[in-house]
Amino acid sequence: MNQAEVQERVVKILTPWVKNEAALKSVSAETNILDDLKVNSARLVDVVIAFEDEFDIEIEDEDVDSVNTVGDAVGLISSKLG
Amino acid sequence: MSRRVVITGMGVIAPNANGLASYEEALRKGQSGIRHVEEMAAAKFACTVGGVPQGVDALAEQRFDQDELLAMNMSHRYCSLATLEAWLDAGLERPARDDDHVHWDTGAILGTGIGGMDTTAAKVVPLTDAGKVRRLGSTSVEQVMASGISARVSGQFGLGNQVTTNSSACSTGTEAIAMGVERIRAGLAERMLCGGAEAASHYIWAGFDAMRVLNRGSNDEPERASRPMSASAGGFIPGAGAGVLVVESEDAARARGARIHAEVAGAAVNCGGHRGGGSMTAPNPESVRRCIDLALGDAKLTGDDVDAINGHLTATGADPKEVGSWAAALGRGPGELPPITSTKSMIGHSLGAAGAVESVASVLMLKGGFVHPSINCEDVHPEIEPYESSIPHTLRELPEMRVIIKAGFGFGDVNACLVFRKWEDGA
Repeated sequence: MNQAEVQERVVKILTPWVKNEAALKSVSAETNILDDLKVNSARLVDVVIAFEDEFDIEIEDEDVDSVNTVGDAVGLISSKLG
Repeated sequence: MSRRVVITGMGVIAPNANGLASYEEALRKGQSGIRHVEEMAAAKFACTVGGVPQGVDALAEQRFDQDELLAMNMSHRYCSLATLEAWLDAGLERPARDDDHVHWDTGAILGTGIGGMDTTAAKVVPLTDAGKVRRLGSTSVEQVMASGISARVSGQFGLGNQVTTNSSACSTGTEAIAMGVERIRAGLAERMLCGGAEAASHYIWAGFDAMRVLNRGSNDEPERASRPMSASAGGFIPGAGAGVLVVESEDAARARGARIHAEVAGAAVNCGGHRGGGSMTAPNPESVRRCIDLALGDAKLTGDDVDAINGHLTATGADPKEVGSWAAALGRGPGELPPITSTKSMIGHSLGAAGAVESVASVLMLKGGFVHPSINCEDVHPEIEPYESSIPHTLRELPEMRVIIKAGFGFGDVNACLVFRKWEDGA
């Protein structure tokens, strides 16, 4: 799976939680999940569970701490996919 | 003189209709919303029929955003839909989600009898037992906490006054309205969203089936299964839904030119203390009569002023006692008792939501000048037979109706009673 495909699926998972739909239209690897997309930080645990289900991977709590942007999420998932 | 309190908006999700217009039509027609419930049959319930609101998820998806829906279980959906209808019906504007305005003078008392047990049973227990606590995600607490429904609504409408959830079993919905009235009369709020919600879940209903208080004899005829006041009443039919009323001070309603549905002229709550024949599961008849007396006294009315009764009337052995208590409290015996009807005959018993869903029915009847049929009691219970002429087997037009009284009684021997009066401007 290439990075573009992973990003497409990451954005799809984030979509229901996004409060700033305008930012979603111009989403890129640099887009910040909390600050730009306005995803409620409490809901990140739900996003992570959805990532695990979608890509059949396990994500540790400490991995999540380094995820700020869409690109961070894509990078983390890609590294788990190997 | 204490402030007058009026109803300016209502909303409803019920097994036989969603929304006020459809609900009134269903009530007038005597339309049952009781259906076969496969989950009850699969779990070997003795009673396999229930009142489950239809089409709720589709409605919720039209009205709420995806991120909200992901954290809204069944009672949240019922309650939020009924509240939105009530809010708009009251002529209030739905706030945008990023609107920072807080309605400091508006609160909510939205109750539930059982709470988010559907979520507890379907998610919290199995995932916890499987050692997968982490997979509960962020949304389980807000769906299982007792105050989940009122907390949800406060965010949807920017409420800044008291926001809480009351719980008093089957009198919850009626009690919520009484509590809102008290708060407004005390000058602590101008407007309260009052009512209750209960999810449709076989997990919620299982214990009642075990108690043998559900009707196990009408599984083949769901629409005839809820039989209040009938000789063949074999227990209640579990139901679900939500009813919400916008309860408002007369001053606030007038100031914003709101249309007024009716006045809450009187309200009372009490408990029988499990004495005098009362118990955890049965009401002390004296406390029932006192509660009705207190509500009438609060309204400065007497039993002779009551034009119609929407009883608690669940279709258990308590129905004859209840009818006797109404007659005693109003001082009106056989032939003199006003029309007495049971909304539960059509929708079953929605537990913590019942008093609210049935109060909406009561106000619709008062406004529309009718008493809806109390269905499935062609064979009136022998002890109720003397009151036969007071039972509307078919729709009864009552254009001169000015006062309708509604009560709810719950496990714990608790009672709540409301007196609704037709709103005549300047009265």
